[in-house]
Amino acid sequence: MIKKLILGLLITVLPVFASAAGGGVALDNMTPDHTNKASLQRGVALFTNYCMGCHSMEYARYKRVADDLEIPVELYEENLLFTSAKIGELMTIAMDKDQSANWFGSPPPDLTLESRLRGEDWIFSYLRAFYKDESRPFGVNNAVFENVGMPHVMIDLQGLCAVKPEIGHTASIDPLSGNVKNDGTCPEWESEGSMTPVEFDRAMYDLTNFLSYMGDPVKVERERLGVFVLIFIAIFFVFAFLLNREYWKDVH
Amino acid sequence: MQKLISWIDQRLPIVEAYNKHLGQYYAPKNFNMWYFFGSLALLVLVNQLVTGIWLTMSYNPSAESAFASVEYIMRDVQWGWLLRYMHSTGASAFFVVVYLHMFRGLMYGSYQKPRELIWIFGMLIYLMLMAEAFMGYLLPWGQMSYWGAQVIVNLFGAIPVIGEDLSLWIRGDYLISGITLNRFFALHVVALPIVLLGLVVLHILALHEVGSNNPDGIDIKKNKDEHGIPKDGIPFHPYYTVHDLIGVGVFLFVFCVVVFFFPEMGGLFLEKPNFEPANSLKTPEHIAPVWYFTPFYAMLRAVTVDLFGLPAKFWGVVVMGGAIAILFVLPWLDKSPVRSIRYKGRLSKIALACLVVSFIILGYLGIVPATEGRTTLAQILTTLYFLYFILMPFYTRMEQTKPVPERVTG
Repeated sequence: MIKKLILGLLITVLPVFASAAGGGVALDNMTPDHTNKASLQRGVALFTNYCMGCHSMEYARYKRVADDLEIPVELYEENLLFTSAKIGELMTIAMDKDQSANWFGSPPPDLTLESRLRGEDWIFSYLRAFYKDESRPFGVNNAVFENVGMPHVMIDLQGLCAVKPEIGHTASIDPLSGNVKNDGTCPEWESEGSMTPVEFDRAMYDLTNFLSYMGDPVKVERERLGVFVLIFIAIFFVFAFLLNREYWKDVH
Repeated sequence: MQKLISWIDQRLPIVEAYNKHLGQYYAPKNFNMWYFFGSLALLVLVNQLVTGIWLTMSYNPSAESAFASVEYIMRDVQWGWLLRYMHSTGASAFFVVVYLHMFRGLMYGSYQKPRELIWIFGMLIYLMLMAEAFMGYLLPWGQMSYWGAQVIVNLFGAIPVIGEDLSLWIRGDYLISGITLNRFFALHVVALPIVLLGLVVLHILALHEVGSNNPDGIDIKKNKDEHGIPKDGIPFHPYYTVHDLIGVGVFLFVFCVVVFFFPEMGGLFLEKPNFEPANSLKTPEHIAPVWYFTPFYAMLRAVTVDLFGLPAKFWGVVVMGGAIAILFVLPWLDKSPVRSIRYKGRLSKIALACLVVSFIILGYLGIVPATEGRTTLAQILTTLYFLYFILMPFYTRMEQTKPVPERVTG
């Protein structure tokens, strides 16, 4: 409630910030939800299995992720910790930066703060924007990040789009069922993946949600505390106001 | 307790100091909300010092680990995120309150005789604050930290003959490096805060010597009662201490809304490129300073012509420096017989409005990438900014002022 009020107040000045954020290609909208633990848990599973071979999270610790996402430490160690790392260690990777620069053109970046650098919309769009392009070293290109050095890691899940997908277009709604048709982004498939487009979109939502959480792990707690802090200050204000009125009674 | 106080007072004049600055410091009773920002600036200064000290305990000023140590503070240090957001939001809040404080001074002529020195100390505080903010911004060692510092330090290179050597001397290296980071850290956490605190003391001592101005711009010391107390004055404590608590409440509410809900302030307080570690081989697409520097940055970019065989960049630096320097001589530019905007003529009101509008739009232009149209607009507004000062001796003398009341009004 309070957050909504604040948002409403800020909306008048928002155009200034929007223009400060800068433009670029059209992106799909993604609204993260750090309270959705199930989504974050699926996200960390995807990240560990598909991304962490090349991308580190070197400013974050396994233990913090396990605690915040309510994953029991034993389960985490068993299923999501593939190296000899201890649960309290930073989420680094073994890939050598000089070598990976040779392989991909530049070393795969650390992703701890990717969501704060590029934004959730960008990540969500980027992950779903790979398409077939034989002129590129890995046979794929990306509609959001042109000539990206990264291969299409999740090709077995998504399949491969034969042409440049349409990212950033408003989703069409099926007039009969009222469902959002998310499979509109790729008009023609080169190969099919194990997931349907809707399933893949949901998986990428989870992965983006996890990256969003990693960029700002304290967000939920911060906003929870913020409400109490603001209530405290509001009460303080009332007393300050009354105290002031009492003292100023004798000023004429 | 009384015995203790008198014991100390015989050795150190604490009672006299208390009376001079609080208990018997008579401030005009007609302060309005514009008078909150002085005490709020002090509050923010304390916030910056305290959070800064605790940040220093976990921060590591080296090119290799500065960025990681900030993330360590954000993730591993207990309440580290709160300290860091209070410090980063505090930096912007400092400029918000200082700009409003300065605007109050412009509005009510608080820089006029006999308060010239207060104004000059205040300007020096503003100057030190800019240096402090600039050096502090390098410390997180993100991309914008790095390239922002690169751009600003390179400005010194535009000065003829000594320029290149000067910027080399400031950096301590041929490009911004760990050496620069270390010296900026030393200046940011030790040297500049000491200077800043000294200037704040001088600012307040000078103020308490001549007394506070007020929205009517009249001298309350002219009207004293039989005890020699100004009839329109009230003791600072308790009247204005409790009064300022209201301002503190409102300020803290807004401050905490930002700290807890919008710490990046949409990229204005914490710029997005700064979430990527500094990389000397990769220039960001668009380098913009933090919002509080952007009016001056827009002025710098507005100068596009080479003059007298010197490059446009040099004249841009001159204009930018001049825009700040001209504020120092303000007390001697205002020839008006009255202080407050309430009794000045229409020309002064129009001029002040133009100054505010041009400063705000210039601030916006400094954030966004330059285009031809925007540069033209920036040139017009820069001229407008300077005209406020250059024409001041004329319009303040020409215009018809209103009669000033004997006693303060509400």
